[in-house]
This record gives sequence, C-alpha cells and structure tokens, in this order.
Amino acid sequence: MIKIIDLVKSFNGQRVLDGINLEVPRGQITVVIGKSGVGKSVLLKHLVGLLKPDSGQVLVDGQDITRFSGRQLQELRKRFAVLFQGGALFDSLNVFGNIAFPLREKTRLSEAEIRRRVFERLDQMHLTPDVALKYPAELSGGMKKRVALARAMIQEPEIILYDEPVTGLDPPMTNTVFHLISKTHQDSGYTAMMVSHDIPEVFQVSDQVAMLHRGKIIAQGAPAEIQRHPDPVVQSFIRGEVDFLED
Amino acid sequence: MATFIHALGGRFLAVVQEAGAMMLFLLEGLALTFVPPYRPRRVLQELELIGVKSTLIILLTGAFTGMVLGLQGYYTLRKYGSESALGSAVALSLIREMGPVLTAIMVSARAGSAVTAEIGIMRITEQLDALDTMAVNPMQYVVMPKLIAGVIAVPLLTAIFDVVGILGGYLIGVVLLGVSSGAYFSGMVQSVVPLDINGGIVKSLVFGITILLVACYKGYYTEHGAEGVSRATNQTVVLSAILILAWDYVLTSFFM
Repeated sequence: MIKIIDLVKSFNGQRVLDGINLEVPRGQITVVIGKSGVGKSVLLKHLVGLLKPDSGQVLVDGQDITRFSGRQLQELRKRFAVLFQGGALFDSLNVFGNIAFPLREKTRLSEAEIRRRVFERLDQMHLTPDVALKYPAELSGGMKKRVALARAMIQEPEIILYDEPVTGLDPPMTNTVFHLISKTHQDSGYTAMMVSHDIPEVFQVSDQVAMLHRGKIIAQGAPAEIQRHPDPVVQSFIRGEVDFLED
Repeated sequence: MATFIHALGGRFLAVVQEAGAMMLFLLEGLALTFVPPYRPRRVLQELELIGVKSTLIILLTGAFTGMVLGLQGYYTLRKYGSESALGSAVALSLIREMGPVLTAIMVSARAGSAVTAEIGIMRITEQLDALDTMAVNPMQYVVMPKLIAGVIAVPLLTAIFDVVGILGGYLIGVVLLGVSSGAYFSGMVQSVVPLDINGGIVKSLVFGITILLVACYKGYYTEHGAEGVSRATNQTVVLSAILILAWDYVLTSFFM
C-alpha cells in the first residue's frame, strides 16, 4: 500500500534519513522503532506530504506523492489521519469541537448526526460524555491521547499514522491506549504506521517492526523476528541498555 | 573590512528576502478570501478578538490623548490669543496623525502580540500540521480571517479613538479651561477637510494590514519551542511599531 524507496532528507547539512526503504502492507500495523531524535517523526511526516524529501520516493497505491501538487496532496490527505505526539488538539475548541472538526469541515452531515458520531467515539475511547465540554488544557495526558485518537478515528481513514502515541503516559494508560489502537484496528482494518520507542509494549500491537538507526532501516520483520535479531544495536535497544554515546 | 561588508550584505539580503516572503504570505492570505469554503464565522470570531477586545484600551488611550492635546494646545494657543482654534488643533492632530498611529501601536501591542503567540503555539504543538493533514488549509483557516479582521477593525478603532480624543479635548478645553463650546466645534468643522479624514482612513487601513501581516507571519514561522514563541512575539511588537512609523512618514508625505 505504502512503499518508501531510497528516501533521503537532510536538515542544515545533517543527513537524518539516509536512503530509507520500507514497505507498509495494507491492513497491517507497521511500527518503526529507534532512539529519540533518530528521525522517526521526520519519516512519518514524509508519508503525508508535510515534508518533501531531498531525494527518493513515497508511493501510495503506486503513486509517488513527493511529486504531488498542493491540490493532489489535499485529496490524498482525505484518506489519512494522523495522531500527533502531543495530540495536536485545537486549544480554542472543546473536546466536542475537536472531534467534530473533521466532520464539520469535510462532510455535509447534520449536526444531529455529527453529535451522534462524536459521542459514539467518546464511548469507544472510554471517555464519559461530560468530557465533551472540557477544553484540551483541562485534560490529562491520557485523555488528550484518547480524544486525539477519537478525532483520528471519526474520519474513518484508510491509513492512520501514529507519532509516539504513548509517550509521556504511565504504564496503565500506555496499555489502555495500545489496547484501544488494537481494538480500533481489529474493528476497522485500517493500514497504520506507528513510530515509537516504547519497548516491549509496542510489540503487542505491531504486525511488522522496522528499526531506524543512523538514517537507515537496519532490521525489519515480525515482532518475534526483531526480538531475536542478531544485530547488537537492535538487541541493545530492545534490552534498553545504557547508552552514553547518543547519536 | 571585507568581512564587515560581507556580513552587512548578507544581512541586507536576508531582510530583502524576508520582506519578499512576507509579501507572498500576504498575497496568499488575501487571495484565499475568494476561495471556498468561505469563512465568515471565523472572520467574526477574529473581529471579536482583535477589534472588540481592543475597544477598552482604545477608549482609554483616546481619551487621555485628547485631554493632553487639549491641555497643551490651550496653553500654546493662549500665547497668541488663539484659544478659539483649540478645536481644530485637537481634531487635525488626532484625525491626521495621532489617531491612526496610536491606535495601530496599541492594537499591535495588545492584539498583534496575542496573534503571534496563538499561531506560534499552534505551530510548535503541531496544530497547524494537524489542520494540513485534515486537508484544511491553515493559511485559510487561521491566517486569512485575522488579516481580514485587521483590515476591518483597525479603521473602526481609529474612528473611535478620534471621537473619544475630540471629546477628551472638549472636556479639558471647554469644560475646565473655559474655551467657548461653539468656537471649539465650529473651528473643527471649518478646518477639517475630507482629505484629512480620507488620509486617516488610508493610514489606518495600511496599518491594520501591516500589524496583522507581521503578527501572522512571525507566528506562522515560529521555531524552537517556547523560546521561539517568545522571540517571535517580541519581534512582532518591535517590527510593527517601526513599520507603522515608517509607513506614517511615507503616507503623510503623500497626503500633504
């Protein structure tokens, strides 16, 4: 469904992505793991056209989106939803307004139908109806993530991109969010790419795992294969060994 | 010496480049006014934030400016036995210069800085990226309504400033210092011509666009977290004030 070919991206002369090759199969969750600051979010942003690569291709259903015009990108983005690291909820809108936003902007549904769908998503995320009137500043980290997930899911996208969906959450909330991601994936069957460094929890939800290190994918396979991978860098990362020599 | 000239040239080129980028930003923002979906509700929301919420500060500064002009004008004109010209002195000073300039500086300090901080925070918390990924153009949803609101609100606030300032001058000159009420208003009617009023309106329109352009641009291109937002907000207030005064000179020489 999504194929990344020889993707290269530099910032201020520093090569962050150095020839990435990766395939994201339809209907599966592909997780890219790697240390903080290694370029995982940069890779994710290329998939939805928020960043343009220096060279290389991003194929979505065979079409190279790096050559898309603004209008073509707008059309493409209707098929995507992105769950940003901090949630990226709109401060000026309450929870209801945030979740309803994509429907109000992109559909002609009646307010009654929008209301029904918003409360259905709140319920799906185990959030009580009274949360709908709260503003993002009044929510805990876990609630923000779940509201952001509800906003992503209400668009019924074909493809969801998750940028560090559980960063900053406590262990129970991490498991809750991963459970919700897993459940929504089972229900909807969307294609997903997730970037995360939450080991080993992330293995619960992934169909395929790839490890990004020094701008390249150094290991790729099913979660069990990655956990048994012979590369010492992969093993060191999975075991969470002390690393004073950050790149 | 060569290094100095090289650095100076580099700085000059950077300024020209940024000015060009701001012009393109303005043209894109204004052009999106005519592209569906039209967003009248967003424009009204921004009018409230930029215009309505600036009214109190404009009323206060307008009143005090008019009172100072009344006081200074009275004692200056009395030396020449021309106290009766106080109304025209206050009105011309306000309508031609002080109304548009002081209103613009106050709006820049109150609303311009708030707009930069708001958009800057939206940038660093990825809210602008979120709009993009939902196929909603952030320039159209966030920037365009603020530009339009600035064009509408600043001339109206300037008119309020002028009227309140004239009443402030009346309070000091007529009520406290004893200038004739008839002389105050008749002098004003005789000396203020349509060109003065038109000049004031044109100035306030240009200032309104300038303030909101600088505020939106600096916020939209904020980088480096909270420190970046702080720097962008600071730059908005300083750059707006300089541009307002520079535009004021250019437009005044044009209308004289």
